[in-house]
Amino acid sequence: MSTRHTERRKRAALRWGVIGLTLLFFFIPLYGMLEFTTRDLISGGRTGRVWTTLVDVGQVTDRYPALAEGFLASLALALFTVVVMLLLLVPTMTWVRLRLPGLTRTVEFICLLPLTVPAIVLVVGLTPIYAWVSYLLGEGTVWLGLAYVILVLPYAYRSLDAGLRAIDVKTLSEAARSLGASWLRVMWQIVLPNLRTAVLSASFLSVALVLGEFTIANLFSRKNLQVAMYELGKSDGQLSVAVGLASLVFAFVVLFAMSFVGRKEKS
Amino acid sequence: MADRPVLTGTRRALGGFRPSGALAGVVPFFAYTTVFLLIPTIVVVVGAFVDGSGRPTLDNIAALGGSTSSFLPALQHSLVLSVVTAVTGAVIGAVLAYAVSTARPDGMLKRFVTALCGVLAQFGGVALAFAFMATFSLQGFLTVWLTNLGIDTGSSLWLYQWDKGLMLVYLYFQIPLMLIVFLPAVEGIKPQWREATETLGGTTWTYWRRVAGPILMPSFIGATLLLFTNAFSAYATAAALISQASPIVPLQIGGTFTSEVILGQENVGKAMAMAMVVVVALVMWLYAWLDKRASRWLVR
Repeated sequence: MSTRHTERRKRAALRWGVIGLTLLFFFIPLYGMLEFTTRDLISGGRTGRVWTTLVDVGQVTDRYPALAEGFLASLALALFTVVVMLLLLVPTMTWVRLRLPGLTRTVEFICLLPLTVPAIVLVVGLTPIYAWVSYLLGEGTVWLGLAYVILVLPYAYRSLDAGLRAIDVKTLSEAARSLGASWLRVMWQIVLPNLRTAVLSASFLSVALVLGEFTIANLFSRKNLQVAMYELGKSDGQLSVAVGLASLVFAFVVLFAMSFVGRKEKS
Repeated sequence: MADRPVLTGTRRALGGFRPSGALAGVVPFFAYTTVFLLIPTIVVVVGAFVDGSGRPTLDNIAALGGSTSSFLPALQHSLVLSVVTAVTGAVIGAVLAYAVSTARPDGMLKRFVTALCGVLAQFGGVALAFAFMATFSLQGFLTVWLTNLGIDTGSSLWLYQWDKGLMLVYLYFQIPLMLIVFLPAVEGIKPQWREATETLGGTTWTYWRRVAGPILMPSFIGATLLLFTNAFSAYATAAALISQASPIVPLQIGGTFTSEVILGQENVGKAMAMAMVVVVALVMWLYAWLDKRASRWLVR
């Protein structure tokens, strides 16, 4: 009894030691950001000036139009990417499961391929494609979303695949079809509601990835949130660091909330 | 990410692939991925072997190895950076994953650490570079703090060097990534295995050496390879941190977008990109092979 007790105490001590040390390593730079953004550069004390500027929408649009523009562009990109990703993946993956199981491997391979092609390489290859996109659709930042769909493909595929495995798509759709539902209705009213959690987590991951994307936007000279933040860093260090910290905190809140959403529906 | 296969079998039971009208349903997907994924890949691979006017040539590849080229040193830096941060990150991240896995499965601690690691591993980019500049630069709080304590940290230029500062920043996203990738494997360990070892008279050392170690090893190596490709392909953090030089391959490729194009070297960027794809593809292939072996033992 007592050996087991000491064993447990030792393990708990190890756990807290390891977790404490790594969390310290994780938090020092984050604290560094907070400390830097609350410095009063004139008097040398502490001030919340940077943060009040950041939450003041009017002031940001007024004094930092590039930042506001990048932020709005990133929101539009997130929405666009999620919609295109879902429209592309959910029907295809369901259809492959129902009617073309022989293609499962091929679709999986293609969806996981972007893990092998780094974003920086994709940019090189996308240059001629985007010459066409700009020609046909215009120079709008939102068209970057077409490439972002590729970037989020592996993550979205895994979430949706896990969701599809957990339900019996075949039985569900056959039941609906035999009751006279059209394929569209099967998709919209049968498959999608059953995939709620998977769709949600795929969407959240995509949104977070898009909000953090820098490589493609920067090299194609389009202004999204990250590029605007990077360029702001050259002129107003404090505000750009504040934007960086805010975006990290936002991503954390999203992921933390997601860990509860997934659990609730499973039980 | 909770990838737990609950049902399998229906997939196989339907047998092989029959070409039919059903194929029309997957046309949008294949068309899209062809335009935005396959064609770009082909552009890179083919572009590496043609010159500015489309004639086949090996000059682009030769230019990479030339004595005036800075590509080979950059490739070497990239490889060293990726290997060091992958191995260090994997070891520290694995210990962290084990520590977290012994916590309560639904507890706050695990959710907190997993969410934090998710953010740092995947969504950091430019912000991480900012974080380290705010902490370690000449005006950074840790530098100032250490100076006040009487410890001289030098000029802070180390932060902008690929083998010092960049390595530290990379560890900052590699350790969290290891936790994300390795946690499912550690959680796949069954307490019964430990009990069985103890019943048979084994010590903790025997358990790790003979039971848990060998079972986790393929996952561990696989995760390390994933970390390698992650560091090897990262661009944003390095670009935001280092503005004066291009010591690693992704920055060099980025440089071909902004610098003047030298006549006859239009496609050198594509050759560099192809070299990256070759390295990453090789490592990912090894990863897939190991992953298959690892999944023999762990139900994930």
